[in-house]
Amino acid sequence: MRITCPYCGERDIREFTYRGHALAIARPAPDAGEAAWDDYLHLRDNPAGATQDLWHHGPCGAWVIVDRDTVTHEVAGSKAVAEVKR
Amino acid sequence: MRLDRSGGDVAPSLSFTFDGETVRARKGETVAAALLANDIRLVGRSFKYHRPRGIWSAGPEEPNALITLGRGAAQTPNQRATVQEVYEGLEVSSQNRWPSLKTDLLSVNDLAAPFLGAGFYYKTFMWPRAFWERVYEPVIRRAAGLGALSGAPDQEPYEKAYAHCDLLVIGSGPSGLMAALVAARAGSDVIVAEQDHALGGRLLAEVEEIDGAPAADWVAAAVAELEAAPNVRVMSRTTVTGVYDQGTYGAIERTAMHVADPGAAPRQTFWRIVAKASILASGAIERGIAFANNDRPGVMAAGAVRAYANRWGVSPGKSVTVFANNDDAHRTARDLAAAGVTVAAVIDPRADAQAIGDYPLFSGAQVTGTTGRLGLTDITIRDASGKDQSVWTDCLAVSGGWNPSVHLTCHMNGRPVWNEDLAAFVPAPDAVPGLFPAGSADGAQSTADCLRTGAEAAIAALEALGQTTEAPALPKAENGFTGHTPFWLVPGKKRAWLDMANDVTVKDVKLAAQENFASVEHMKRYTTQGMAPDQGKNSNVAALAILADATGRTIPQTGTTTFRPPFAPVPLSAMGAGARGKGFAPERFTTSHTATEDLGAPFVEAGLWYRPSYYPRAGETTWRQSCDREVQMVRNAVGVADVSTLGKIDIQGPDAAALLDFVYTNMFSTLKVGKVRYGLMLREDGHVMDDGTTARLGETHYVMTTTTAAAGQVMQHLDFVLQALRPDWDVRIASATEQWAQFAVAGPKARALLDVVLDGPIDWAAWPFMSCGNIGVAGVPGRLFRISFSGEEGFEVAVPARYGEALYRLLLSQASVLGGGPYGMEALNVLRIEKGFITHSEIHGRVTAFDIGMERMISAKKDCIGKTMAARPGLLDPARERLVGLKPTGAVKELTAGAHLFNMGAEAVRLEDQGYITSVCYSPTLGSFLGLGFLKSGPDRIGETVQMVDHLRGVKTEVEVCNPVFFDPEGGRMRG
Ligand SMILES: [Zn+2]
Repeated sequence: MRITCPYCGERDIREFTYRGHALAIARPAPDAGEAAWDDYLHLRDNPAGATQDLWHHGPCGAWVIVDRDTVTHEVAGSKAVAEVKR
Repeated sequence: MRLDRSGGDVAPSLSFTFDGETVRARKGETVAAALLANDIRLVGRSFKYHRPRGIWSAGPEEPNALITLGRGAAQTPNQRATVQEVYEGLEVSSQNRWPSLKTDLLSVNDLAAPFLGAGFYYKTFMWPRAFWERVYEPVIRRAAGLGALSGAPDQEPYEKAYAHCDLLVIGSGPSGLMAALVAARAGSDVIVAEQDHALGGRLLAEVEEIDGAPAADWVAAAVAELEAAPNVRVMSRTTVTGVYDQGTYGAIERTAMHVADPGAAPRQTFWRIVAKASILASGAIERGIAFANNDRPGVMAAGAVRAYANRWGVSPGKSVTVFANNDDAHRTARDLAAAGVTVAAVIDPRADAQAIGDYPLFSGAQVTGTTGRLGLTDITIRDASGKDQSVWTDCLAVSGGWNPSVHLTCHMNGRPVWNEDLAAFVPAPDAVPGLFPAGSADGAQSTADCLRTGAEAAIAALEALGQTTEAPALPKAENGFTGHTPFWLVPGKKRAWLDMANDVTVKDVKLAAQENFASVEHMKRYTTQGMAPDQGKNSNVAALAILADATGRTIPQTGTTTFRPPFAPVPLSAMGAGARGKGFAPERFTTSHTATEDLGAPFVEAGLWYRPSYYPRAGETTWRQSCDREVQMVRNAVGVADVSTLGKIDIQGPDAAALLDFVYTNMFSTLKVGKVRYGLMLREDGHVMDDGTTARLGETHYVMTTTTAAAGQVMQHLDFVLQALRPDWDVRIASATEQWAQFAVAGPKARALLDVVLDGPIDWAAWPFMSCGNIGVAGVPGRLFRISFSGEEGFEVAVPARYGEALYRLLLSQASVLGGGPYGMEALNVLRIEKGFITHSEIHGRVTAFDIGMERMISAKKDCIGKTMAARPGLLDPARERLVGLKPTGAVKELTAGAHLFNMGAEAVRLEDQGYITSVCYSPTLGSFLGLGFLKSGPDRIGETVQMVDHLRGVKTEVEVCNPVFFDPEGGRMRG
């Protein structure tokens, strides 16, 4: 599997570390309440199909959001977390 | 025997050994061709029944002729005689026989065959259970088997490699060559992978013409064009073994398996080829016909028999017979007769079969049996009228038709489709994205069709890549020999083999159906048909046909098993090339490594780092003696330890303080320049991630220290916080772990030592506990931190890494003058346990700030990572297992790490568990074992006595619960 790092280009999977669904970038406010925090930390969908997840590109330190299909394994695209949040 | 052909053939020029006997061979021959040339037909014993077996095929699908190459550590078992090329001095051994190939004692298994049918082991060895592991399995493993490894580490070089291309052409028969030519001419970046050493596929084995000249001439011209093209890479001896996501293909190259003295060249290379598109031109594999005793040496695939004759000038027999249901196999009779070999009979079950040459044809007939103990001598023919007759023959060429090699199209869940006209499975459309099947792999039956579909597939593939090309003029080629009628089985009572590699007979498949293993996947597992070396290459469709018949279904209704990678065996040594020893686990050395080695210190691994365990001195015979001495040295004089392995992260920018306030529980924005503070870092779920000290070197410049183990994790965490949560902050971070060499200098004489080393004079009053700053170190700009992990007055002095070794040697030589010296990880551990300082033994991922008594470090004045979730009531329950100190008070004066704690009088079982011990040491300072651990309501139970039980080591004692800070609890020594 290969992922395109927005800064380094298409790179082998072994340069990346996985960290679950991309909704981890949407941290709730401290006072958002138990349900919001529980959801943020623990609850994840398990889709058969399109998903977005987070990968860390070790060589450059970029966190990358990857659009991926869990059924076909197609990698549709990727973007830098820092750009999405800007 | 060798055929007497006009021209071309050279005399055998090299020799190799087969079971110790010398065999003469021609360069370019396979072991199988050379053995057949020397009339050696018996080459192995079968897997289960130890039946004598010979060569069946002329390619990688070979089920019988599995051989071992070489001996000793480099011994390579289970190679195929039909693939391995001969070279001078090659040592070949047959397999699965004892004491010799001709007298194999385990052939008694064959006599016991009535008891050894499918499912025999499942039914027999069910009980008693303990017997399975100790008795049945080892015995069966020895009896039923393939070749063996030597058991010694294989020191031969292997390699793994990567390649990229526009178009990967898999196979180089007529369709593969045609596709490669089209793509090459279009300027595409092409790789041609061919498992044979020569390109050409079946064209090398057939007597045919292309454009009016011998097919071999067309092949030679095509290969010359491809090899001359700068945009084409031809990879021979390379088998594509698997198809993976995103156009990734695995391939194994037999790089130097054919060379007598390969030197440093890798024996095999595992390739990962990334192709934008591919052409599957993998050809087809001939299938057999099941009839009684169809497994004797001398019974061979018809296509293989004429391949040996046409390509290598070798006839597998003196008097050849053919048994086939198709026109193509008649070419075997025609070609061998033309080469001067006696063709005794052609038996064709089709009533309307026509001879294409001068040979006796039995149409509407069948072969009902064979004889010959170690090799075929006679066959029995039942003619159209039902009359039996015996014919002397030493080679029976069999063909039940051809199966397209669809294997690779199934590696991404594609299911092949049954084609009634071909009586074969063909690739499903779009089975693999970007893969275009062509030629006989896609069901083409003639050379003309192969050339045409090869060109068409290449044009389609290039179009998919956005490259356009013109349709080429197709060479004129053979278009006949396509007639066939499905014929799977000659009925009879005797055993008829389907899968020779696994010794599976027609009876076994029928038995599976009868016992309701009617699903094809169940039948496969019950009988082992198509498993292990065969992987469904030879027997799959015939077995399906018989299962379909036995269960009253059609073949498409029955379905097929799943073909999985690898198509051909890939040695682990190739797949894992470079990952042995240091390649598996790289070593990270500190700058003091050589100096430490010079002192004879044994090393302990900390992640990839190597750190000194202790520094033995003359007269010390145990590690404890050295460790105790080093601890006392630090407590009474001065010790030096390399602490460079701790992670160092440089943090700069206007928002550096904001970042630290957010990732640490406590405040760093309030830290004054020139000061150091201990920080606690949580995960977002409220548990402790890491701890360490962070120094403020300037208004917008901090240096964070992490533990050795968590350096990478913390860096990744900071990257995440900055990119995903606070991209608005103006701050940059960089790992500086390897840029700085840093040494702890600890003990009452630490200042005295530093006075000699630092550019002085130093005003020590300006360096209170937890201060930091830049300082000259022996003329080099360095840094000094007054921090302590030992409880003594301590400093850490840092210099750019290139000065590390010099500084270390200087510190040691000056320390020795003061009665000090180096200390290792053992002493460092004792010193920190005496002081109750935690490491990742304590903050192991399941503890909270509350558990280690640091809940007050979570600042109320700001948000931080983990703060919200750390406030969950369950994480603040006083009854949780919380950090305590422990001292043995029972008869046994020892503690063990990992032991569990129980209340006095309670049974030492899981339900009564009160906690566990995380760190222990013998403290020479206090003359006792000390421990740190977690105990339910721990801090509320100081002074209580509990039981310690270590079930693993069988240690039991009583321990007193104490404050975790055993030594100098007021901290007067380190404040100085
Ligand atoms: Zn990158």
